[in-house]
Amino acid sequence: MNSKHQYIDLYRTNAEAIDSGSAPALNRLRPQAAAALEATDFPVRGAEGYERTDVNAMFGPDYGVNIHRLDIPADIAASWRCDVPNMSTLLGVVANDAFIPSASLESRLPEGVIFTSLRRAALEYPELVANAYGSTAPLTDSMVALNTMLAQDGVFIRIPRGCRMSRPLQLVNIFSAPTPMLAPRRVLVVMEEGSEAQLLVCDHTQDCNRSYLSSEVVEIIMGENARLDYYCIEESSAMTSRHSQLFARQESGSVLMVNSSTLTAGNTRNDFTVTVNGKGCDTRLSGMVIASDGMHVDNSVNMLHLAPKCHSDQLFKYVAGGKASCAFQGRILVSEEAPFTDAYQTCRSVLASPEARMHAKPQLEIYNDEVKCSHGATTGQLDADALFYMRTRGIPEAEARTMLMQAFMADVIETVRMDGLRDRLRHLVEKRFAGKDASCSECHASCRERHTDPNND
Amino acid sequence: MDTNDKEIKSTDSNIIDEVTRGDYKYGFTTDIDTDIIEKGLTEDTVRHISAMKGEPEWLLDFRLKAFRHWLTLTPPRWAHLDIPEIDFQAISYYAAPRKKEGPKSLDEVDPELLDTFNKLGIPLEEQKALSGMAVDAVMDSVSVKTTHREKLAELGVIFCSISEAVKDYPDLVRKYLGKVVSYRDNFYAALNSAVFSDGSFVYIPKGVRCPMELSTYFRINAAGTGQFERTLIVADDDAYVSYLEGCTAPMRDENQLHAAIVEIIVEDRAEVKYSTVQNWYAGDAKGRGGVYNFVTKRGLCRGDFSKLSWTQVETGSAITWKYPSCVLAGEGATGEFYSVAVTRNYQQADTGTKMIHLGRNTRSTIVSKGISAGHSQNSYRGLVKVAPNADGCRNYTQCDSLLLSQHCGAHTFPYIDVMNDTAVVEHEATTSKISEDQLFYCNQRGIPTEEAVGLIVNGYAKEVMNKLPMEFAVEAQRLLAVTLEGSVG
Repeated sequence: MNSKHQYIDLYRTNAEAIDSGSAPALNRLRPQAAAALEATDFPVRGAEGYERTDVNAMFGPDYGVNIHRLDIPADIAASWRCDVPNMSTLLGVVANDAFIPSASLESRLPEGVIFTSLRRAALEYPELVANAYGSTAPLTDSMVALNTMLAQDGVFIRIPRGCRMSRPLQLVNIFSAPTPMLAPRRVLVVMEEGSEAQLLVCDHTQDCNRSYLSSEVVEIIMGENARLDYYCIEESSAMTSRHSQLFARQESGSVLMVNSSTLTAGNTRNDFTVTVNGKGCDTRLSGMVIASDGMHVDNSVNMLHLAPKCHSDQLFKYVAGGKASCAFQGRILVSEEAPFTDAYQTCRSVLASPEARMHAKPQLEIYNDEVKCSHGATTGQLDADALFYMRTRGIPEAEARTMLMQAFMADVIETVRMDGLRDRLRHLVEKRFAGKDASCSECHASCRERHTDPNND
Repeated sequence: MDTNDKEIKSTDSNIIDEVTRGDYKYGFTTDIDTDIIEKGLTEDTVRHISAMKGEPEWLLDFRLKAFRHWLTLTPPRWAHLDIPEIDFQAISYYAAPRKKEGPKSLDEVDPELLDTFNKLGIPLEEQKALSGMAVDAVMDSVSVKTTHREKLAELGVIFCSISEAVKDYPDLVRKYLGKVVSYRDNFYAALNSAVFSDGSFVYIPKGVRCPMELSTYFRINAAGTGQFERTLIVADDDAYVSYLEGCTAPMRDENQLHAAIVEIIVEDRAEVKYSTVQNWYAGDAKGRGGVYNFVTKRGLCRGDFSKLSWTQVETGSAITWKYPSCVLAGEGATGEFYSVAVTRNYQQADTGTKMIHLGRNTRSTIVSKGISAGHSQNSYRGLVKVAPNADGCRNYTQCDSLLLSQHCGAHTFPYIDVMNDTAVVEHEATTSKISEDQLFYCNQRGIPTEEAVGLIVNGYAKEVMNKLPMEFAVEAQRLLAVTLEGSVG
């Protein structure tokens, strides 16, 4: 049976409570979303695009949803210190699905910049939110429909016209609840004409012995000539599942960079859908996955070129150890209206253990002859010659492997345009490959035992 | 300067236009008496076909099982193809040239039939005399004439139509039929298994290197008939055979269905080379008519160090749905796939291969070249799978697409599934149009644009063309020339 039904039932029986815990601008789409979800099933495992990810199994268990907006005593203080060294960010925390601003956040925001709870924004700026909410994420997608039907809160970011943020914004998503829980998370980013910003999103889990599930939908609207660097880092736990979808729409001249790092997770599916609507846009998508034990990580990219003279580049790298199963789907579509498009895609994977699995599906769909497009995908091991060379120079094999794997990930890390974050990622990857706990050391004091070496088997 | 540039540009596109238009050269019908059974498909039809061919009980059972399974299936819809609703009850499932007395020499063969082959450029006599090939000509499903039988028989090679094989070598056929492509495999495989009319059977005994290239021509002739041929090739230990298949269909307005199955079994250290030139009628410039080509081709490299090589040149058919595959089960087995697919006007092609690595140290190479023109859609779809126990596998895939017009599409859908950490799998794909720099360079050296386009396209396809046997390469190159009218310099 399709596991969507329990959620539709949940909504039908609690519609009023859900509405009252939210805002009209968000409630407006709920009935439509419920109808859309009823009309389309969750994708089944093996369906095109979901070859390796079982959404029904992910959403099947009985999770609690905090529809009555109860305060869950989250030990936020522990995560408060998730500061990246040498980086001073404007921080907001999402505990499960509720936004908690850091102290004096609002007073530190430049004029006109909004970085607040989606629910509050929907009450204070109903028109702004109503126009943007749901404008890039289609309800025809059953997973979006589910999120739209249940999301009561989230994060709203608006960077006004011509505003260049000097300090990066940081969002920490944290799971902390005494029972298994599903958190519908929603982020809405509106970049107005000529604005510039950097946004760092970290996903964490505080209690590693409890299972959590997040359904995340991020909508990004890029005005003309806007620039956004979006980084997301997932360091959750083996019992955390995440179904995350990012939808971005780019108007002419805008520059979008998305960098996703999956360092520790249970069962993760990330979708990135970028629609290029105006000419002269630039899009860079990169991803790094270090998977071990029984981790499952599936990245799916949908790069839609609908306007001429745009450029896009995708780079995804995987190291899979233990019994990890990884997947990559990347689709570049160049429509007839998009001549002079340059679009490239690369996916490279290293299988570091006999039981690791990699499934790659790079795709090109081209309806125009004035294009330059290519994709490449490789799956293999570390270069035996390089390993041998290093050993002849007296470097022990294990160390040589670690060094080569770090070098393998280096070009993804290099795409990061924030110095502090780049160093931090390098450090995390180093620790991760060395088999140590890769979490930001301050972050979650409670779980130390869960990380293992991707080399071990 | 500006206007000059524009002029050059417009002549360029005119030439490319001309080059990619070109009418179907093989569009003629042969007026030979044919036996056609009533349209429609029921269990009775299946029994009728089987009875007409005088088949043994077990084969009728096989057909009926397939038919009953087919009833439970629906046509696959996952391909990047726009397939109109096909009324499977509006097709006649069997058409055979009426049997006169069995021809004892070439003189007794219907002269019109010989003429058909002559128009196709395969005069039987000449080929028999000059090229030393054995041709098993299949016309509307029944094998008409087989040459060089005696020579092959001396070596123990069996090369005959599958209906003859059922009569003469029932044990062999029964042992291998449906072992690689089961009737449960897919919709069209089930359909074919139920109603297959004829095809070729090849058996190469242990240690025999077949001295000549075996060749079959398929041709859909009668209007409103589907062709469902079935080919079964078995290469025993240490055997070698090169098999050629060429297809043409005359011009018909109504779409014709062609659902074939090719099964190949390769034993220890044996090698099979299977080459196809497919030139079914592709429909007219408006996209009316043409053949639907839904084919299941699969080879099982069962033996250690066995090798199977597919080479295909696809220029015809309104819709092509075809994935010649290799199951590499034996240790050190090798699979190869070389393909050139040309689509123009409103043609659609979704073609590629599957390389399934089950044995240790198996290797595969895939080279696919797509050329799309007009309003056509050309897709490569391929699977490379490495099973958990298949250590030391190696795959290299390259698929390039060339776009010759603004309205065509070129797509690539590779699936790469690796479950073993010692495998090395590489995939590369590029899409672009003919480089202006290359054209300009040729022009600058005094090569007219028309010739230059031909040169570039030929050079682009060369890697695959080189894999075709000599006799076939000539024909394939001619075909490419006809398809890309006037392009070959």
